[in-house]
Amino acid sequence: MAENIIEIADLTKKYGSFTAVDQLNLTIRKGDIFGLLGPNGAGKSTTILMMLGLTEPTSGSVKVCGIDSTSNPIEVKRRVGYLPEDVGFYSNLNGLENLMFTARLNRIPPEEAEQKAEQLLIRVGLSDAGKKKTGKYSRGMLQRLGLADVLIKNPEVIILDEPTLGIDPKGVREFLELIVSLSKEEGLTVLFSSHDLHQVQQVCDRVGLFVKGKLIAEGDIQTLSKKLFANSPYIIETGIYIASDFSENKYTTDWLKEVLKPVEGIIAVNMKNDIFNIESSRDSSVEIAKAIVESGAGLNYLNKKEYGLDDIYYRYFEGGDSHE
Amino acid sequence: MNNKIMHPFWVIVHKEISDHIRSWRFIILVALIALTCLGSMYTALTNISKAVKPDDPEGAFFFLKLFTISDGSLPSFFIFISFLGPLLGISLGFDAVNSEHNKGTLSRVLSQPIHRDYLLNAKFVAAMIVISIMFFALGFLVMGVGLFSIGIPPTAEEFLRIVFFILLSIFYVAFWLNLSILFSVQFRQPATSALAGIAVWLFFSVFYGMIVNLISKAIAPPEMASQHQIFNYEAIRLTLMRIMPNQLFSDATTTLLMPSVRSLGPLTMEQVYGTIPGPLPLGQSILLVWSQVTGLIAATILCFVLSYVSFMRREIRSR
Repeated sequence: MAENIIEIADLTKKYGSFTAVDQLNLTIRKGDIFGLLGPNGAGKSTTILMMLGLTEPTSGSVKVCGIDSTSNPIEVKRRVGYLPEDVGFYSNLNGLENLMFTARLNRIPPEEAEQKAEQLLIRVGLSDAGKKKTGKYSRGMLQRLGLADVLIKNPEVIILDEPTLGIDPKGVREFLELIVSLSKEEGLTVLFSSHDLHQVQQVCDRVGLFVKGKLIAEGDIQTLSKKLFANSPYIIETGIYIASDFSENKYTTDWLKEVLKPVEGIIAVNMKNDIFNIESSRDSSVEIAKAIVESGAGLNYLNKKEYGLDDIYYRYFEGGDSHE
Repeated sequence: MNNKIMHPFWVIVHKEISDHIRSWRFIILVALIALTCLGSMYTALTNISKAVKPDDPEGAFFFLKLFTISDGSLPSFFIFISFLGPLLGISLGFDAVNSEHNKGTLSRVLSQPIHRDYLLNAKFVAAMIVISIMFFALGFLVMGVGLFSIGIPPTAEEFLRIVFFILLSIFYVAFWLNLSILFSVQFRQPATSALAGIAVWLFFSVFYGMIVNLISKAIAPPEMASQHQIFNYEAIRLTLMRIMPNQLFSDATTTLLMPSVRSLGPLTMEQVYGTIPGPLPLGQSILLVWSQVTGLIAATILCFVLSYVSFMRREIRSR
């Protein structure tokens, strides 16, 4: 039985009348890579700040490693490495010096710190740039240095707030691989916040969906999709060939419903941009294709989709424009 | 605990000092202040022979003249310090907190296991150390050059007076330093906070005096007013002037460097009657300026408390 390393209970944060985090309950187990997924302004960063005692909750409690973050932030910060969104370094110092500064703030003896800093620079692929001023680093290099900076204090938990922002796709992949391998090697618990579901899907064991300050769903990706799409786990997209001389399109949603009547398990049929979306409780693509062809229509497109995070994301975040 | 491991507070102080010393801003300021020192030294040395009169009660304090006399073309050393000190304080503190925030280092540093006030205190202490070293070096340099050129060593009392003058200058710069740290906590843009600091400085050094003059003209007693009325009027005018840190500083330095100054407030004829014109001993001079020094320190602490309060409960977001 894995122990809980982060426990959040009834956490609320209000800015005036605006509620940034609303009655949040969340537990994260030791050794997990947990993805905090949500659109911008969902309250992810605010939650993270509260975990580190960098801002005070309006009500509720946060415990990291069993220590209350609001009343005893120093002890929490000793155990938690935090990579802020858009991290910055002292540009007049080089990479190694920046790491050494952090190490000294954590009271790591100088010899040990230097050894560790050099190891970490190699680990994150900056061994050549260690003596270069961080003012000359690229965005991706800064982010990797940030990861080294987080790891130098031997944390139990690392919290990464939008760590892949502004890095090119190749850099993102390398960075994510680095996080996964580090977490496996060192047995770290990782909390990874992002608005990019593909990245979260790539690395995270468990995901929490965060919208408007509320955690609306939590679990691994399979259970998430099962939970959220209990009734219609499959979606089949079909396109019907429409001859150009038809003055009126007879292939309407109602027509398709009629055609698909013999097929079992059809839940709903919708049309969007001339493509039919058929929601089904089972994988009925073969039967659907057969039914359409037998009806005499020209089937020119058929795509079977399983629900991924994409759909979870859109289903829940589509209304996301309404908040700032 | 192992002695080799520095306390995190001193780690930050260490870094801040090395940042200051290596920054162009500091080099420019040192050059500026060193130049003005040279200038005022030069005028003092060329005029010192004229300054000594046989019946001068301050004749015994020949050495202090180095810091106070001028021929009118260039201000004396202590006036230079009262003018440039604020600039030094403001320029060392105006971007203390907001530049860390803008660089994105603030949230990284504060997510380390340190108390939040370490950052604020360390920035203050580091700047104070730099300023103290600089002022003592300058003061002693002026003394050394003076010693070489006039050939009369300072007496122990003169030496102590100069040391107190340097300490006072450090307190004075500390006030401006804290004021600018306060602005750096309050304003997100370093340029805004620098401007705010310079605005306060200009207000006090140029406009406040004018305003006090206006007010005092308006409330001036008639010519035939009783002595008591005139005394009260003078007292009000001085109180108004002493809200200015500049005034506190110049009052205090004048007393320390010119031992013949025996009161900073108005004196009645009865009080002066029968006194022998002579210098005050050091202890008495210090006693006289004690309220000024306390006022300066109080203003410094007030600024510090304000920045502390607003910084401690602030939410630390990345930029």
